[in-house]
Amino acid sequence: MRPLTLARLFLRCGVLAAILFVVVVIALKLGAVQVSLYGLGKDLINVLLHRANSLSTDYGMIVLDIRLPRILLGIVVGASLSVAGASFQALLRNPLADPYVLGVSSGAALGAIVALIVESHLNLTPDVAGLITPIGAFIGAALTIAVVYFLGLRDGEIDSTTLLLGGIITVSFLSAIIMFLMTTLSGSNLRGTAFWLMGDLSTPQPRSLLYFLCLGFIVAASAIYTTASDLNLLLAGEKEAMHLGVDVPRVRIVVYLSASVLTGLAVSVSGAIGYVGLLVPHVMRLIFGSDHRMLLPASALGGAIAIVIADTLARTVTAPTDLPVGAMTAAAGAPLFLYLLRRRIA
Amino acid sequence: MSTAARHPLPGDAARASSDVRLSVEQVSYAYAPNPSQAPLFTLEALSFQARPGELVAILGPNASGKSTLLKLISGSLEPLSGRIFLNGFATHSLPVKTRAQRIALVQQESRLLFPARAWEFVMQGRHPYGGGLRFESDQDIAIVNNALAQVGASQLVDRWMDKISGGEKQRIILARALAQQPLLLLLDEPTLHLDIGAQVDLLESLRRLAMQNRYTVVVVTHELNLAGEYADQVVLLQRGKCLRVGPPATVLQREILEQVFQAPLTVEMTASGRPRVTLFSNK
Repeated sequence: MRPLTLARLFLRCGVLAAILFVVVVIALKLGAVQVSLYGLGKDLINVLLHRANSLSTDYGMIVLDIRLPRILLGIVVGASLSVAGASFQALLRNPLADPYVLGVSSGAALGAIVALIVESHLNLTPDVAGLITPIGAFIGAALTIAVVYFLGLRDGEIDSTTLLLGGIITVSFLSAIIMFLMTTLSGSNLRGTAFWLMGDLSTPQPRSLLYFLCLGFIVAASAIYTTASDLNLLLAGEKEAMHLGVDVPRVRIVVYLSASVLTGLAVSVSGAIGYVGLLVPHVMRLIFGSDHRMLLPASALGGAIAIVIADTLARTVTAPTDLPVGAMTAAAGAPLFLYLLRRRIA
Repeated sequence: MSTAARHPLPGDAARASSDVRLSVEQVSYAYAPNPSQAPLFTLEALSFQARPGELVAILGPNASGKSTLLKLISGSLEPLSGRIFLNGFATHSLPVKTRAQRIALVQQESRLLFPARAWEFVMQGRHPYGGGLRFESDQDIAIVNNALAQVGASQLVDRWMDKISGGEKQRIILARALAQQPLLLLLDEPTLHLDIGAQVDLLESLRRLAMQNRYTVVVVTHELNLAGEYADQVVLLQRGKCLRVGPPATVLQREILEQVFQAPLTVEMTASGRPRVTLFSNK
């Protein structure tokens, strides 16, 4: 018997955080413009010491103003999607659940597009206008998961197959509406939106939105984390969890709302990046087991690592042009998803 | 060692402690999928009481309301009329967490979505005693080890739940219920997938645990002879109606059993005063 202790939790998270740090440094170094590791280190220290004007390399601007914000954005997006995925898997008792597969990302995307159209008809200050999109995305995510949940019900219990089919149907229906709305957009907007729909981190985001994103992640992920040991019991079924003292309706509403917030925030800045929320929790479960007190923070860090790696590949494989990061995650994720599906049926 | 020495006669446990722990008072229930329709199933008002250390068996054919009665006792269903008290508190109105500290339910099937080790499964029984994020204390570990020892499954502690036999799994599920340190232990057909040896083992353990830990145990079962051998009280149900409540010798009688189960049978008394039912073909 080796129960999880706080010390072991911190140790494991520390190792993952160290891996994330190394990945971030490599990601800062790689790109269309080469930067030396020495120059990079010097720049980072200068930034930490608030000596931004004494940057050593000519490329400091590229590294700190372009690559670093994009990497930080990737970290928050990856962590949000993975925590949302792990939560949906426990809540819906379905190991193949994930914001993308269930259509929640599509719902968030539709919500974001509707918010953009509404916003263009209102006269708002840029800071306020920037927040309309994530709120629209959250509403879209929350409504979609509610619909998919009811589509997946059979005799009052969630049925895995029905749920996944409900998700697929929802995705194609929402895609149709998104296509319809996109035809109303003009040329340059169209390419941007198409890229964003695939999942893309290359669009620079206003700073206020980044702060909002971080704050939203901390609040929603913490709320989910308070239910971590309840989620462990929910895996055995809602009735059994109730008999073991879990306040099932409360856990359901907390996790459902928080996971929708996480998906909505991630989608509003980066579009529908697929498979991260599905595969990262699975890999973490293989390494650390299925205790959510360990799984949730491990998924957050693992999701951040996965997205930073995927986005770095997206930036470098076809350099100097960018690929959407969603194309990278789908190329790696879809085969793995099929493998998990086959193994489950066998 | 005689059977009489191993299993005290009905009423011994009751005399040892005269306070009533579980009191089912004129409880009825009706199940209708749609409130405007006539109910599909009704459980007519019934009453019985049980004391600490007592083992109550609920018997009856399929669809007689056994599991419904167990759910009512567990507090997860609200009675249509009447009340069920555990140490004076109505089970249905207890907060979920408090209820889980006092009532443990062992169900027929416990499915797992992701693999878990036996100790992780038993540790779930400590959940009602912790907050959302509390880490397991040394006391929790000791209680889990003790629960595993009490069901004779200490050697299974690090095994995976999906890689042990049905009988072993049943013991682990029972250990989780013990880890809840309940006042009331409820079991829904715990012998269903067990071979006859494992069935006897399980009932022996329940009998012993009820005495040692002062649990009140309520078991739903199809096994007339296990109930006759190990129960202090038997509740006999047929199509939602309680036909008889009392010690096995007064409930398990030929005429009423033949009527309930629609099969010819004989009942004889063993040396220990326990009824033994034998079914025979009517051809």
